[in-house]
Amino acid sequence: MTRTTGTTGNHPGREPLLAVRDLRVEFGLRGQRSTQAVDGVTFDIQPGEHVGLVGESGSGKSVTSLAVMGLLPRRGVRTSGEVRYDGRNLLDLGQSAMSKLRGRDIAMVFQDPMTSLNPVVTVGVQVAEVISRHNDVSKKEARDRAGDLLKRVGIPDPVRRLKEYPHQLSGGMRQRVLIAIALACNPRLLIADEPTTALDVTIQAQVLEVLKELVAETDAALLMITHDLGVVAGLCDRVNVMYSGRIVESTTRDVLFSQPRHPYTGGLLRSIPRLDSPRGEPLHAIPGSPTSTLPWTQGCAFAPRCERVVAACTDQPPALTDEGIRHVRCHHPLEPTDPVTDARSEVAR
Amino acid sequence: MSIPMMPAGPGGPGDPGGPGDPATTMLEPTATEHGTSLWRGAVQRLRRNPAAIIGALIVLAFVVVAIIAPLLAPYQPGTGEWAGQVTPGKVPGPSDEHVLGLDSFGSDMLTQLLYGARQSLVYGVVSTAVGLVVGASLGLLAGGFGAVGGRFGKAVDTLVMRLVDIMLSVPSLLLAVSIAAVLGKNAYAIIIAIGVAQVPIFARLLRGSMLAQGRSDYVLAASALGIRKRRIVMSHVLPNSLGPTIVQATLNLATAIIEVAALSYLGLGEGNPAVAEWGRMLVAAQDRFAVDPRLAIYPGVAIAITALGFTLFGEALREALDPRSRR
Repeated sequence: MTRTTGTTGNHPGREPLLAVRDLRVEFGLRGQRSTQAVDGVTFDIQPGEHVGLVGESGSGKSVTSLAVMGLLPRRGVRTSGEVRYDGRNLLDLGQSAMSKLRGRDIAMVFQDPMTSLNPVVTVGVQVAEVISRHNDVSKKEARDRAGDLLKRVGIPDPVRRLKEYPHQLSGGMRQRVLIAIALACNPRLLIADEPTTALDVTIQAQVLEVLKELVAETDAALLMITHDLGVVAGLCDRVNVMYSGRIVESTTRDVLFSQPRHPYTGGLLRSIPRLDSPRGEPLHAIPGSPTSTLPWTQGCAFAPRCERVVAACTDQPPALTDEGIRHVRCHHPLEPTDPVTDARSEVAR
Repeated sequence: MSIPMMPAGPGGPGDPGGPGDPATTMLEPTATEHGTSLWRGAVQRLRRNPAAIIGALIVLAFVVVAIIAPLLAPYQPGTGEWAGQVTPGKVPGPSDEHVLGLDSFGSDMLTQLLYGARQSLVYGVVSTAVGLVVGASLGLLAGGFGAVGGRFGKAVDTLVMRLVDIMLSVPSLLLAVSIAAVLGKNAYAIIIAIGVAQVPIFARLLRGSMLAQGRSDYVLAASALGIRKRRIVMSHVLPNSLGPTIVQATLNLATAIIEVAALSYLGLGEGNPAVAEWGRMLVAAQDRFAVDPRLAIYPGVAIAITALGFTLFGEALREALDPRSRR
């Protein structure tokens, strides 16, 4: 099941920047029934590559990102597997080493810009403190750089904005500030955890544009965590689809949108409303809810909601099979000829 | 930097450099020039609240009177100059020379009341300050370690808070009596006793709000940027947690002033019965309450009004600082 770098497609032969191997995260205090939030997740991120991690709420995508950052609480959480970055396993790293790495090597943009900034500290101080934490610069230098950063993320009149408090900025601007903070020390990997979910639809596109430009400018790799396939279409080279703690399909963006193999991926693509569908026709939805899952140990977790369920699905857990251009975890995958339209043209921006 | 389109309307960055940025002016009228902090917003809300204004005026008047008492008072305090006019059956009432009459020791009542404000202010402020400094330090220690300290931090938190629990279990009256027994009957005994009694209140309050703030997103975001724990506690968690503690300090001032009066009423404070102190004045008035209630009413009303002022102001401050009341 373990993939080598050779099979990740885009950059054969290169050492991955981040290699997640069989990552497992289990929640639950001793003596209580535990919950397996992340269940053997394996993926690579090449330097400069944009990777999507897609799934619904509760599929374990945010927990995966927090585990990579070492930000999960220690109490009641068991993490195992390997998160290899720069030849080191981050899960074994001590707190202070990890703290030095965060923000400088790996940075993160969170979902909610309203609560991710400290309300009683000015924006300037919050940007500058990251710069002075990881660089040996004077206060003035840090402040100047903070101003430059705000300018780069498209905030007009940055000198004035530096003196303002988060509640004086709009949601879109706050998310720009968070992007500026995350990219302040030119990290090699940026993890964006649903960075546009909390924003207005009109602002989403702008923030994504800023993110895309800056990531390209700084040559950082991007792990985009999202449930929005539109974001994936616009931003990602490779996509990992997660369901109930496991990766069910992993491939390049183009392959995913043109020929999804996993019925869940297919369902996600079909649930995107289309402009050319007849009016009055009900929107397509995947039946059931993410809570109606089967434990992976008994079969396929998606089986209770799957349209293509066969006997094997509830009998034994499907393995992740390598098909060359993709990996898929399914007993009865969609055939490439099955009629799933090219949704990419519809949602690509 | 080229952004394809600038958003229009509220919520957008507005026009660059324009002082009248529509997005901000709509929300906070005065926010255009400088930043509007949580505190500045609170002051604005306070000014719109009549209870806050009344409370602030009472507090202000009390403080001013306390400070300039020597200028306002017609005579010297605690002299007993006119003791000859006081008979067991009668204390001279208001007259031209003594606007509020004499007290039972033969001093001018108005003078005693004015100087009494001074005593109450000093005792109240100093004892609350003692409680605040000690209590907030303990709370900061426990809350800081508890919020970001991991397993070791939990141990520190528990240790400090059990100490505080022990302090809480000692009644303040007992404490005051014990301290008075050690230090003798003087002002320090009252100040320390009232201050120590306030320590657990501040410690628990600050720790509680720091623990709550420690779970917030911006703390997670700061850790995700590698910000050091000490900095997270001191410049992120603490400033966000101070609000309730400061409000409590204002409210505690009222309680402290009443407690000063109560403890000196019980004879634990100032040894000299003739000194200008509202609590002592009540004690002295007790004997003559049936004949001359005036003697008790003046200091009683003074205590009540002052406590009311601090309480009104403190309550209004709490409301103004409540994040739910913002905007």
